[in-house]
Amino acid sequence: MELPRSLKMFLLEAGDLSAFTGRFFREAFRPRYEWAEFIRQCFRIGYKSLPLIGITGFIMGLVLTMQLRPSLVDYGVEAQLPAMVSLAIIREVGPVITALIFAGKIGSSIGAELGSMKVTEQIDAMEVSGTNPYKYLVVTRVAATTLMLPILVLLSDAISIYGAYLGVNIKANTSWSLFVRQVFEILDFSDVLPAVIKTFFFGFAVGMIGCYKGYNSKKGTEGVGHSANTAVVLSSLMIFILDLIAVQVTDILGLN
Amino acid sequence: MQEQQQTYRKKAKYTDEVVIDIRDLYIAFGSNKVLNGFTLQLRRDECKVVLGRSGSGKSVLIKCIIGLLKPKSGSITVCSQDILAMNHDELDKMRIQIGFLFQSNALYDSMTVRENLEFPMRRHGLELDEKDAEGRVLEALANVGLEHTVDMMPAELSGGMKKRVALARTLILKPDIILYDEPTTGLDPVTSREISDLMNELHEKYKTSSIVISHDMNCVRTVADRIAVLHEGKCFAEGSYEELQQRTEKEIKQFFV
Repeated sequence: MELPRSLKMFLLEAGDLSAFTGRFFREAFRPRYEWAEFIRQCFRIGYKSLPLIGITGFIMGLVLTMQLRPSLVDYGVEAQLPAMVSLAIIREVGPVITALIFAGKIGSSIGAELGSMKVTEQIDAMEVSGTNPYKYLVVTRVAATTLMLPILVLLSDAISIYGAYLGVNIKANTSWSLFVRQVFEILDFSDVLPAVIKTFFFGFAVGMIGCYKGYNSKKGTEGVGHSANTAVVLSSLMIFILDLIAVQVTDILGLN
Repeated sequence: MQEQQQTYRKKAKYTDEVVIDIRDLYIAFGSNKVLNGFTLQLRRDECKVVLGRSGSGKSVLIKCIIGLLKPKSGSITVCSQDILAMNHDELDKMRIQIGFLFQSNALYDSMTVRENLEFPMRRHGLELDEKDAEGRVLEALANVGLEHTVDMMPAELSGGMKKRVALARTLILKPDIILYDEPTTGLDPVTSREISDLMNELHEKYKTSSIVISHDMNCVRTVADRIAVLHEGKCFAEGSYEELQQRTEKEIKQFFV
């Protein structure tokens, strides 16, 4: 029986992506290590994403609080607002929204950058200049996204909680110390740890898919645009799939 | 006209020593046989042009020589060393001796001209102190008349300047052999002529042997000692510009109209 063409293409691409990911583990732990490029990428990917992540995190916390308040008032549990908002932010909203914004900013930029390097033969030029382009371009970027996203998520969570504090104070009057105490009373180590661990996987997926799409870009500017676009779409989808897997795993482990 | 042709024509001064020996090269992409038994020799100090139509496999040929593509069968020896039998480290060492000028220049967009030129030196592990490295960068840029661009970004350069900087980067390791992939494609006729003349100057100065992929007949006439015509994956004919100009076969004649 002949497989439909689209299914065949999907399976071929999945196979290619798996092989590309497997190569990462072969190359990453073998010298030569590209420390300088890795640090440059951490700065570019992590530090330069801070303003965007900070602003969206702040708005996220503020809006979530304002949206939740009426429902909680109806049930007479308005006092639970800080606890509910912080739990939602730390466990789910913070990691997923931050990862999606990260995929939009970094995934597309990696896809476009590597794609244009591919079509203008810069990757070939690296290879003839005594450089392993996979190590120099892919390993450093994937390692940087894997390491930087959890840090960005923690910062975004903190800023979101501050946004939530301001949200609570729009229609109430709660002190910062009381707010923080309420937040830490409800939060447990088992809330924070799985949420942080899954962001490493989100970061890895964003970096790997961006690099894969860019590295295998087809000729021409259209190919570069397509690489950037599919990098964002695929990594956003992968974030949700990984989130689904993470919630099942934490459920099995009794961490929910 | 006769006088103009005289200025173009180069006197072949190459030796009998073969520096690149390609035999029965075969490479295919799917069912498309790109090179199908291609054979070619490059002698020391010789500039050989490989002439062929677009898509005939010229770029594939030089990418096989530098080890970017692996042929299905055949042999490539560079300075008596079998390229196809080399591991990655050996290939990297060999690449110090072979410069490659890419068709699209392949300058790194995120680096300045200085960093672009330093990149091959640093990556090939040349132990040069900062002063020597700076000296080499400035010497390479002086060769192409662009010392003032050292701190500029590639995006700030014109097409011709980019080609010159790419040529300077190719020369920075002082290679014995240079592979040029369509060096004048996309340039205006005046700049094309300047690049062709520059190739000749640098060939004289550094005594390099080169393979030039081109279908720009002005460039071919200016730089070629000998020309090989690539047709249907094979070396269809070889000779000097004047010899091939006299041939009547359609496959050759089409380039000399």
